[in-house]
Amino acid sequence: MELDLNAEQLIAKASFKGFADREILTIADQNDVDEITSQTLLNALAEKGYWGALIPRKYGGLGMDPMSYGLLCEEIGRGSISVLSLLTVQAMVSTAILKWGDDAQKEKYLRPLAEGQMLGAFALSEPEIGSDAKSITSAAEPQNDGHVLNGRKKWVSGGQIASLFLVLAQCAGQPTTFLIEKPLPGFRIEPIKGMLGFKSAMLAELHFDHCLIPAGNLLGKAGFGFSHVAGTALDQGRFCIAWGSVGLSQACLQACAEYVSQRKQFGRPLIDHQLVQEMLADMHTHTQAARLLCYEAAYLKAKSDPRLIAATSMAKYFAAKTAMKSAADAVQIHGANGCSSDYPVQRYFRDAKILEIIEGSNQIQQTVIARYAAQSF
Amino acid sequence: MQLDAIKQSLSAYLKKFIQKEIAADDEIITSGLVNSLFAMQLILFIEKEFSLKIGNEDLDIKNFNSLNAISRFVGNKKGLTI
Repeated sequence: MELDLNAEQLIAKASFKGFADREILTIADQNDVDEITSQTLLNALAEKGYWGALIPRKYGGLGMDPMSYGLLCEEIGRGSISVLSLLTVQAMVSTAILKWGDDAQKEKYLRPLAEGQMLGAFALSEPEIGSDAKSITSAAEPQNDGHVLNGRKKWVSGGQIASLFLVLAQCAGQPTTFLIEKPLPGFRIEPIKGMLGFKSAMLAELHFDHCLIPAGNLLGKAGFGFSHVAGTALDQGRFCIAWGSVGLSQACLQACAEYVSQRKQFGRPLIDHQLVQEMLADMHTHTQAARLLCYEAAYLKAKSDPRLIAATSMAKYFAAKTAMKSAADAVQIHGANGCSSDYPVQRYFRDAKILEIIEGSNQIQQTVIARYAAQSF
Repeated sequence: MQLDAIKQSLSAYLKKFIQKEIAADDEIITSGLVNSLFAMQLILFIEKEFSLKIGNEDLDIKNFNSLNAISRFVGNKKGLTI
């Protein structure tokens, strides 16, 4: 596995970093307070083509390779995990359509998604269903001209601003995935406010009340909605979140590196205190270790190697844990300052907790990784 | 690549996931011998091992439910006479 980025990837990384510094970090804290992602930032992402970073050029996307896309996710995550979550669900919806959509669906949706004219959202969780995703209760009944959907979906990242929703429902007891555009009679979107983290991710609860889904909006086939369609989307989601977690951990590292050099206690900079050094050393080491797991996932993804599923789970698990530890230590190093809105580490801390829950909680990842381990040895 | 070779390759791969001996026509998905996590790995394995693309039109449980079914599916996709 090649550990050095090639020239093209180095240039791309510098460009992503500049974008995050200029367009995201300057407003991320205020967006967090306002619980929005500003339209200016959404437009800036569109202008750079980042909404369609993974979509092939023939559909108007950038057609990025997995490593370049990972680097983008890292830099966006360094700026704001909320923004990263919006890019993540866009990638999840786009990837699912690319893999399992028919020609008409690809023609209809991929270009608007690539151009950012259409934002996607992924709707799996329900008020009573989280990790036990196969037990969802939203139900779609076939009708002559499509399906009628009833149910509720919760914690939908980007749900307030999305116009295309990938929704999982039971269809005659078979998990089935639908592409649902808004507005649609019987489809109502309720914003979710007051979250611990991901406050700018514009989460929503979706209500479907005898909502008629047009024919042609079933993605994949009935019965394959969870294992294949959502499976494809979730694998992509884990990949994005893993890289974004590295970005958040890197943000903690940078904030701490600056703080420990400037802040003095007992007459010496914090960096001279060995217990602070311990935290900084672990943060640096674990961030790099998480990054290398992400490199491996990207390397396998570029080769379409089946081992990428396990590698991505491991990367997501370790990177999310690392982000949480880094953020907790970053707040600790900053002391009372770290608990105040004067410093971004409090946002990193709140966001990091969500990383351990979304796209498969730490515990679900552990279960999955243990199974892979049992198969491998 | 002939059907026997396809079957041999698939059999070796399935053994990683199924810890007991199975017959070539034993149902592996509808019987619950494998879980949903296996599904995407199998798709990736088939695509990479046999240089195929699997898409929407291929999503039929009959194509994936046993060693013989998967072998026939791959053989058909490769244009082999079965």
